[in-house]
This record gives sequence, structure tokens and C-alpha cells, in this order.
Amino acid sequence: MTALLQVEGLVTEYSGREGRLRAVDGVDFSLARGEVLGLVGESGSGKSVTGLSIMGLVDAPGRVAGGSVKFDGRELVGLAEEDLRRLRGKRIAMIFQDPMMTLNPVLSIETQMLETVLAHDAVPRAEARRRAIEALGLVGIASPEERLRQYPHQFSGGMRQRVVIAIALLHRPDVIIADEPTTALDVTVQGQILYEMQRLVRETGAALLWITHDLAVVAGLADRVAVMYAGRIVEQGSAAEVLDAPLHPYTRGLLDSVPAANAAGGRLRQIPGMTPSLAHLPPGCAFRERCGHADGACSSVPEITLRAARQVRCHHPL
Amino acid sequence: MPVYVLRRLAQTLLVLFVTSALVFGGLYLVGDPVEILVNPQADQEERARTAAALGLDRPALEQYGIFLKGAFTGDLGKSFVFGRPALQVILERMPATLELAFLAMLMSLGLGIPLGLYAGLRPHGFAARTIMAGSILGFSLPTFWVGLLLIMVFAVQLGWLPSTGRGPTTELLGLQISILTWEGLRYALLPALNLALFKLSLIIRLTRAQVREQSLLDYMRFARAKGLPRRRVIGVHLLKNILIPLITVIGLELGSVIAFAVVTETIFAWPGMGKLVIDSIFQLDRPVVVAYLLVTVFMFILINLLVDLLYSLLDPRVRISEAKG
Amino acid sequence: MSAVLPATVPAPQTPFRRFLEEFFDSKLATLGFALLAAIVLVALFAPFIAPHNPYDLAKLDLMDSRLAPGEQGLGGASYVLGTDGQGRDMLSAILYGLRVSLYVGVVSGIIALTLGALTGVLAAYAGGRVEQFVMRVVDIQLGFPAILVALILLAVLGRGVDKIIIALVCVQWAYYARTARSAALVERGKEYIEAARGLGLSGTRIVLRHLLPNALPPLIVVGTVQVAHAIALEATLSFLGLGLPSTEPSLGLLIANGYEYLMSGRYWISFYPGLALLATILAINLVGDQLRDVLNPRLAK
Repeated sequence: MTALLQVEGLVTEYSGREGRLRAVDGVDFSLARGEVLGLVGESGSGKSVTGLSIMGLVDAPGRVAGGSVKFDGRELVGLAEEDLRRLRGKRIAMIFQDPMMTLNPVLSIETQMLETVLAHDAVPRAEARRRAIEALGLVGIASPEERLRQYPHQFSGGMRQRVVIAIALLHRPDVIIADEPTTALDVTVQGQILYEMQRLVRETGAALLWITHDLAVVAGLADRVAVMYAGRIVEQGSAAEVLDAPLHPYTRGLLDSVPAANAAGGRLRQIPGMTPSLAHLPPGCAFRERCGHADGACSSVPEITLRAARQVRCHHPL
Repeated sequence: MPVYVLRRLAQTLLVLFVTSALVFGGLYLVGDPVEILVNPQADQEERARTAAALGLDRPALEQYGIFLKGAFTGDLGKSFVFGRPALQVILERMPATLELAFLAMLMSLGLGIPLGLYAGLRPHGFAARTIMAGSILGFSLPTFWVGLLLIMVFAVQLGWLPSTGRGPTTELLGLQISILTWEGLRYALLPALNLALFKLSLIIRLTRAQVREQSLLDYMRFARAKGLPRRRVIGVHLLKNILIPLITVIGLELGSVIAFAVVTETIFAWPGMGKLVIDSIFQLDRPVVVAYLLVTVFMFILINLLVDLLYSLLDPRVRISEAKG
Repeated sequence: MSAVLPATVPAPQTPFRRFLEEFFDSKLATLGFALLAAIVLVALFAPFIAPHNPYDLAKLDLMDSRLAPGEQGLGGASYVLGTDGQGRDMLSAILYGLRVSLYVGVVSGIIALTLGALTGVLAAYAGGRVEQFVMRVVDIQLGFPAILVALILLAVLGRGVDKIIIALVCVQWAYYARTARSAALVERGKEYIEAARGLGLSGTRIVLRHLLPNALPPLIVVGTVQVAHAIALEATLSFLGLGLPSTEPSLGLLIANGYEYLMSGRYWISFYPGLALLATILAINLVGDQLRDVLNPRLAK
């Protein structure tokens, strides 16, 4: 199966006082039709910037400085803004973390949905409205016609995220990039949204790039997992394998710090040290200062090594 | 909603009452209008007659009482200088000031919002930096001095525009308006520009700050992620969010423009309320000064009320909380 | 959004040095600061720098009146910026005028800041009806344009340096009160204030040691802007004939005096004092602008 979305050597830089910082530093992954890929990392690891880079939504002072993003065989890096716009929301949709902030507070849901339809398809308003109502019904919003007239603040957090998802689904996109869409929600609502997303991608056949810091979410949702640290993917493979037997010490550390993975009453393990600032990364392997296996070899940047269908970027894989 | 309006009205009355008492009391202490009004050679008897005619021979409290009683029936006293009801004198001059304020607001908004938008959207560009530096300059320019410079350059040196006075007026809805004809507008351009400069800088800075703040919010990113054209992202999503806080400021600034017209009208000899009140202060024409204040205070409160209503019309969040409250 | 870059760890240095470094990072602000320093120095030492004493009426020569910049007077005296209607040397008059303008602006600013900050902080500390009442008064006062309030006050008070300072304080205190109160409110909500109250620390101590110092940065920012405003306002009022008496000509009065000569092309009598006024206000605003950016944590990236 050829990849629908192929990311190769993606580099995104931010220029600031400390000079140019690489938020994304040579990221490779691919996404097949109907596949769910979990992109996991702590805040600051560059996972969100990766999502924005694919969409061409990186704002100054940041910019995509290198690499390639191929969507359905077409190169997106360096594509004209108008061509990118035609893809955004139409074939690649993105949803964000906080549904309170994602919807425009002063525009009605109707306005925000209809404009999305009309931005890509020249259809009559009545038709756009019909599609909006259908999409709202799809994500499980009751009496959608009535809800359409309302404003974001009249919805609860979970309902808002459903509206956002409905907007993302309006054009039945091939790829949905979901940047921590459940993080800001209550735990019970999180479960519902996760379930809906899973159902919807299956029904619509969309591929899903799920960006999260939460391994537990990924475990139930993703086919494959890519773990990011300090702008690089350090491990990639099928969800079952990566989560069962991680190869990278960082993945191990992440798994160990999930409370559910620890026996009740046992000491919660955590990764020593703090996420390093991009301006002060240690040379070589970025994780080595926090890693129990680090030695002299780690002062050089480890290459990606293949282990069957898995990839790992470590001098001393577990 | 009606409760809210009623409360505001009650507050208005209180503020008007306090203002009138303070100003009346204050002005009573200042000088003797009779001295200015009568011929310097006038004898004691004539002075007394003038004072009695104006009601100035009575005790202060009684004078204020008479004023208050009149005020409730819309009578704010007779101007010592014009010998006509003070309110009438003010209202005659009001259209001139309002059209000047309106034109100035139009200039500062029409230029300020686009410039601020631009500077906010491309904050690091040369043009944006120039705009911002210009706005600091505009902020620092003493209005009256700029007025003099404008007269010097455009009226005296270049001779393009008339320097002082108001142009011919046409009647619109019973009001004498001068800016509807080109000839009248020519007279209004320099004073309006003078009045607009400071506000222009303010609007630019406010708009830019709002753009910068709102641009970082996720709804802007989501609007782009939906594939909306740039003009819709900025023209609808961003602009509507920016306008809401701007409306409040614009309301306040309209009031301040009306007040600041005092300076501009003096420089350009524009026959509005501002020029009138300055003259009245020097001529100790107490009723006109008090009436001017009450009228402007009333206008400010009216503007604020309108702003609040407009605000709730634009912002759906306010609409709902009002309905609940 | 986790996309935001992690905060960079600054090199260890004192907060004040960091403040200075950030402040002088902007060329415009540095220029403003230098300009302001120069203006303050010139104003302070005006009696030593000024070529003539503009207050000494005996030295004025009406024959030398309305001389253009650079022209020589009858007595051989030269006037770099010309003379005014009474033969006063404009340069000297401007230097002395700067003194008056700065004095009025700064003194009224300090008094207003003290009064306003105390009112605001005490209101925040007291809370309840007292706070409501004070803030209501502040709101109402801020609803009136400053120029209007000052105009009426001066109409009542009359002219004079003390009178205009009173008027400016009356106009400005509310800004400080509002700023101080909102800063103090943020602080009051914090747990350590609760703790301090719980420990039985005296109210005065809490206000003076905790609430007031935290309100200081925003007060300084408001203060610079307000001093610029005060100077502009004083000039405006003096121009209208309501501010300072002509025995102590501030810049506004100098400009007003030149008004009548403007039409006949003798621009310098109004122009140069205005330029000095502009430079002063601009310098303060540049400094204030940068102060706001540096002291405002919300804008710090």
C-alpha cells in the first residue's frame, strides 16, 4: 500500500534571540489510508509543530526549513498558499486541543460550519446547511438544526469538541490531524470523544494522525506509534510492539510513568531531569543526560536503526 | 434589560446633580459677572440693577435652588452675555461640534483600523515599524501646536484650505450641517484632522495590540485549518473579535473628542460648543458654562449607554448573560 | 498547544541588570532615554546655560522684538532661535519653559501617584462597600475627559503653578487608583496574603510590604504615560489662557504668545517651543512604551 501522507526529513525552525532553534529536526513517518498513527511526546517535543508544518500553518518567526511532506503524491512543502488552502479542511483537516478556544466565540455555529463548506464547494447555502446538519448528526449532536443557530458558549466542552470534529468531517477528508483533542476535556467526556473518533475514522475511511502526550490514549486507538523527543522521532513501530516492548529508554520511561502501569502502592517511576530547552540541548543524543544507559557513544547523534518493522534512534536499544 | 436602563438613568441623574452642584458652587466663588457685564463707568445703582436682573443679588443657595427648579423643566438659566436661554445657545452650537467630532472619528477609525491591522499582521516588517513609530509621534504631538502648524502650512503657506471659521451650511433634519458640501467640508478638514491625529495613534495602537493578541488564539488557526481564504479569516474572524473591545474605546474616545474640540475650535475659530465654553469661562457667563457641562455629561452618558447596547449586539456572550440577569 | 518553545533559561544575573539589558535592547527606547536625560539636564541647569534671563524685564529690549532666528539685535546680542514679541530670547525662554513644564508634570505626577496608589491599594485591601464606592468614583471620573475636568477646575481656581498642579492631580489620581487596585487585587487573591492575614500580620504591614510593592511596576508604566499627558495638558491649558500666569511662561504659553505672529510668517515664536514640547513628550513616551513592554509579563515571550 502506498502511503497517503509521506513525511521525510522535515525540519521546522524558529528564529529568536537564541538564534535559530529546531523545533522539528528531521522527522520521517508515513501514514496509509485508513491508518491511525499516534505521535507521542512531552510538551515541547515538537509534535504539535509537526502537525502544523504538515498543514503549512507554521507562523513567523517559525518556518519549515527543510524536508518534504508528500500528500497523495503531491509535495506540500513550498506549495503556493492558495493550493494549500484548497487542501486544508477539504482533504486534510486539523482539530486542536482546546475546544473552548478553537471555535470563534462571536460567530454562530452555523456561520462557522457553512463557511467551511462554501470555502471549498460552490453549493447553494441550503445545501451547505444540509451538510452541516448531517455532520452534526454524525458526531452525535441532538437536534442539530436548533444547535446550528447557537453560539459556542452555549455548548459544553465535550459538545464543542464534537462540533469541531463535525467541522473537520464536513468534506470527508483523507487525513485528520488531531492535536491533543481530548486533553482539555473531562475524563468521561474524553472516553466518549475517543470512541466517536475511532468510529468516525472507520466509517469515513480517513487516516488519523493523533498527537498526544498520553500513552494510554494511544494504546486503545492507534495502529502505529511514533515517539518524539526534542524534535526527533526516537522510536516508531506498531502500537502493540512499541508499548509492550519499547526499544528506546525514553519510551520505557514514558511507559513507566503512566500510573496504570504501576502496581498499586508501588513507587511511581519517573524520568529523571527535565525536558531540555531547545536552546540548551546537549550535543549528541538529546536524551543522554536523562538516560541510565548513556555512555561515551551517546555524544554522537544516533542514526535510525531498523529492527524488523520497527525503527529506533538509540546507540543502546533495550 | 429595562432594569439595567433604569439603573443607568438613575445614576445619570445623580451624576448630573452632583456635577451641577459642584460647578455651580465653584463658579459662584469666582469673580463677579456684573463687573464684566456692565460698563466700567457704571455707577453703583446700575450695577445693582444688573445684578438684580440676573438674579445675582440673591444668596448662593437660593440661586442654586432657582437653577435646580428650572433645570427640571429644561430651563438651565439665561446667558448673562447673550440674554437668551443658555441651553438654546448651547444647542445652536452643538451641530458644529458634533460634525467636527464625527468627521475626526471617521478619519481616525478609517485610517487607524487598517493601519493597526496591517501593523499587527506583519509586526516585524519595515512598514509596521514605521507605522508604530509614527503612532508614538502622533501620541506625543501637542494637539494645539499641530493645529497651528496645519494652519501655517496648509492655509498660510500653501493656501489650499481655509484656516478659520466654518463653511456654508445646509439643513438636514432641522440641523445646520456644513460638511455635506465640498465648500463646507474644506473648512472642516483641517480642524477635523487636527482633532483626529491623537485618536488615530490611539486606534492604531489598540488595533495592533488586539490583532497581536487574537492572532495567537486557536480559533484563528482553526479558521485557517478549515481552508478559509485569508480575507475571510481576517475580515470576519479576526475583525469581529477586534471590533468588540474597540467599540468600548471608541465610545469613550468620542466623548473625549467632543471635549477636546474645545482646543481645536479655539485655534480654528470654529463656532462650536467648545469655543463657546472657553469664551463663557472668560466672560464669567455662569449659566452657559453650567449648561455646557450638563449637556456634555448627558451626552457622554448617552454615548456610553449606546456603546453598551451595541456591545451586547455584537457579542453573543453578553447577550445571553443579559437575558439571564 | 504544546508547540510553544520551552522557555529559555536566562544566564544568571540580577533582575535589575536584566531589566536594563532588556530596556536598552530597543534602539528607539535608548534614543528616547538619551533625549529625556538631555532635556532634564538642560531644564535643570537652564539658568547656567541660557544666554539671557527671560524673566529679567530690565534686560528686555523692545527694539529687539520679533527677530528671526540667527538675526542680531541692536545691542549686538545674537538670538539663535530669534526673539518673541517682547524681545525675549526664544532659546532662553524655551529652556526656562522646559523647567516649568517638567516641574509641573513631575510634581503633579508624584502627588497623584502617591494619592492614587494609596487609595487604590487601600480599596483593594478593604474590599466590600468601600472598594465598590471608591471604584465607582474612579469610573465616573475616568468617564470624563481629562481636559474637561481640568478646564472647569482652573476656571474655578484661577491661574498659578499651584492651581494647575492641583487640577492635574485631580485629573490623574484616578488612573493610578485603578491601576494600583487591579494590581493589588491580583496579589490579594494569592495565598500568601491569606496566610499573612492568618498569621495576624497587621493591615498596614500587608498593605505596605506586600500589596504596594507588587503594584509598583504597573504604576511606573502608568506614571510615565501620565507625566507625558500632564505636560501636554498643562501646555494645552496654558495655551488656552487658563494655566500658568505669563510671569512664568511654560512652553504652552510661549506657543500661545506666538500664535498672533504666525499668520504674518513669524513662525519661530510658536514653532520652537512646540518642538521642545514635542521632544519632551516623545522622549517620555518612548521610555514609557519600552517600560511597558519590559515590565509587562504578559507580553514577555
